[in-house]
Amino acid sequence: MTAVLCRHFGLRHMETAEDIASDTFLKASEHWAIHGVPDNPTAWLYTVAKNKAKDHIKHLSVVETQVRNQSETERIQYEEAFEYHEQGIADSQLAMIFAVCNPANASKSQICLALQILCGFSVEEIANAFLTKAETIKKRLQRARSNLRNDNFQIGLLSEAAIVSRLPTVLKTLYLVFNEGYFSKTGDQLVRKELCSEAIRLGLVLTENPLTNTPQVNALMALMCYQSSRLEARTGAGGETVRFDEQDRERWDKALIQRGHQYLINATAGNEISAYHLEAGIAYWHTVASDANKWRHILQLYNQLILIEYSPIVALNRTFAFAQVYGRVQAISEAEKLRLTGNSHYHALLGYLYSETDTPKAIAHYEQAIQATRSQRERQALADLKMRCAAGSVF
Amino acid sequence: MKEFALIFRLKDLADFQPSPEQMQERMNWLASIAAQNKLVDKGNTLLPIAGSAKTVKADDVVTDGPYTEIKEFISGYIVVKAETIDEAVAMAKGNPIFKVGGNIEVREVLKRD
Repeated sequence: MTAVLCRHFGLRHMETAEDIASDTFLKASEHWAIHGVPDNPTAWLYTVAKNKAKDHIKHLSVVETQVRNQSETERIQYEEAFEYHEQGIADSQLAMIFAVCNPANASKSQICLALQILCGFSVEEIANAFLTKAETIKKRLQRARSNLRNDNFQIGLLSEAAIVSRLPTVLKTLYLVFNEGYFSKTGDQLVRKELCSEAIRLGLVLTENPLTNTPQVNALMALMCYQSSRLEARTGAGGETVRFDEQDRERWDKALIQRGHQYLINATAGNEISAYHLEAGIAYWHTVASDANKWRHILQLYNQLILIEYSPIVALNRTFAFAQVYGRVQAISEAEKLRLTGNSHYHALLGYLYSETDTPKAIAHYEQAIQATRSQRERQALADLKMRCAAGSVF
Repeated sequence: MKEFALIFRLKDLADFQPSPEQMQERMNWLASIAAQNKLVDKGNTLLPIAGSAKTVKADDVVTDGPYTEIKEFISGYIVVKAETIDEAVAMAKGNPIFKVGGNIEVREVLKRD
C-alpha cells in the first residue's frame, strides 16, 4: 500500500504515504471489529487510503495555494490514477522495489530499508534479525531514506533502461535479504523464515512482469527455492543448526525443490551465465542425494564462480569441494595459498583438512577458528569438532 | 602489486584440444589463482588452426599460421598480479601444461596509460 501511495506522492513524501497506510489499517481494525470484515478487504483498504490521500492533498493545496499556485491539473491526474486494481498494485510494488534498491546505499542499509518498506518489518523486528540495537537500525534507516530522497528516482516511470541498469542492485538486495534469513545469527526461527520467504515473494513480483522476468531473476529464484527446501531440516529440536550431511532428507521440501527445477530451466534461456546461475547450479547438486560425479560438478561450478566474482567464502567453499574430489591432503596446499589468516572459516577448513593426517595441526587450527569467531553457536560447534579430533575419531 | 602476463606455448596442435580431464585440470589451476584473488584477467585463447592464424611479413608475404616455421606456438595468455616475478613464476609452475611438453613465459606488464 505504501508502494501504491508513494507512486503518487513521489519518494520525497514517503513518510506521508506510510502514515496514511498505517492510518488506514488502524481504521480497518476499528471498523472491521464492529461491522465485520468486508467482502473485498483489499478494495476496502484501498478506498479508505484513497480518501485519506485525497484529504491530505486538499489540505496540502489549501496551504500551498497561498504560497504558490499549485497546478490544478496535477491533482486531477492524481485522483484518476489512484484507482484500485490488481495490476496497479503489482506495478507499484515493482516500481517500489526498484526505487528502494538504490546503489547509493550501502548493502547493510539496503537490507534494512527493503525489510522496512517492502516487507513491512518494524524497527524492532529488524534489530532482532540483525542482533543490533533498535537505535542503530533507526539511524541506519534515516540515513538511507535521506539518500533515497536526494536521488529523486522517478518511481512512476519504470523505463526499460532504468530496469536494466538497476536490476543487478535489486537482485543483490533480494539475495542479501535471503542470506540474512538463511545464515542469520539470530536464534529466532520465525524471523529467519520470514526473511527468506519475503525475498522469494519479492522475486515472484519480478518474475510476474515480462520486463523483469530475466534469466538472472529466475536463477536467483531457483537458488532461493533450493536453499529454502532445507530450512526445516537444518534446524534441530533445540534450535541448533544441523550440518548438511546429518540432515534428515525426508524433511527437505520436495515441492520447493520442484519449483527450483522450473526456475532453473527458465534461467537457461539465453546465453548468459551469472553468479546466480552458478550458485543455483551448486544448490541444485546439493539437492541430489548421491551421484558419483556430484562433487566434480560442484567443483567445476565453483571454479567458474570464483572467476566471475572473488570472495573469501567462495574461495573457501571451492577448496572444500576440491578436497571432496582430490582428497584432503591435496587440498591442504590449495587452502594454505588463500592465506585468510584470522578468518574463522579458513581455520575451520584447515582443521578439517588436517584432521586425518596431522592431529596437532588440526587442533591448532580449530583453536584459531574458535578465537576468530564471535558467534557463540559456532564456537560451540568448533569446540565439539576439536574435541572429536583430539579423541582420534575422525567425523 | 605488479602485473604479469603468463603466455602459454604448446608444441603439438593435438594438445590444443584437451580431454575433459585436462580441461578440468586447467580450470582447477585457473580457479586456484582466482581463489587467491590474484587473477587480473582470465585472458584469451589464441586460435592456432588454419583459417584462424596468419603471419604477415615484409614484401607482402603472408603465410598460414605460425606453426609451419617454428616448433612451438602461442596458445593463449592470462594476466595475474603478484608482489614479485618469483611469485608469478611459482603460480605458473602449478599449470598442467608441462605434462604435454608446453611452456609458459612470464612477463611483467608495463602499462602504457
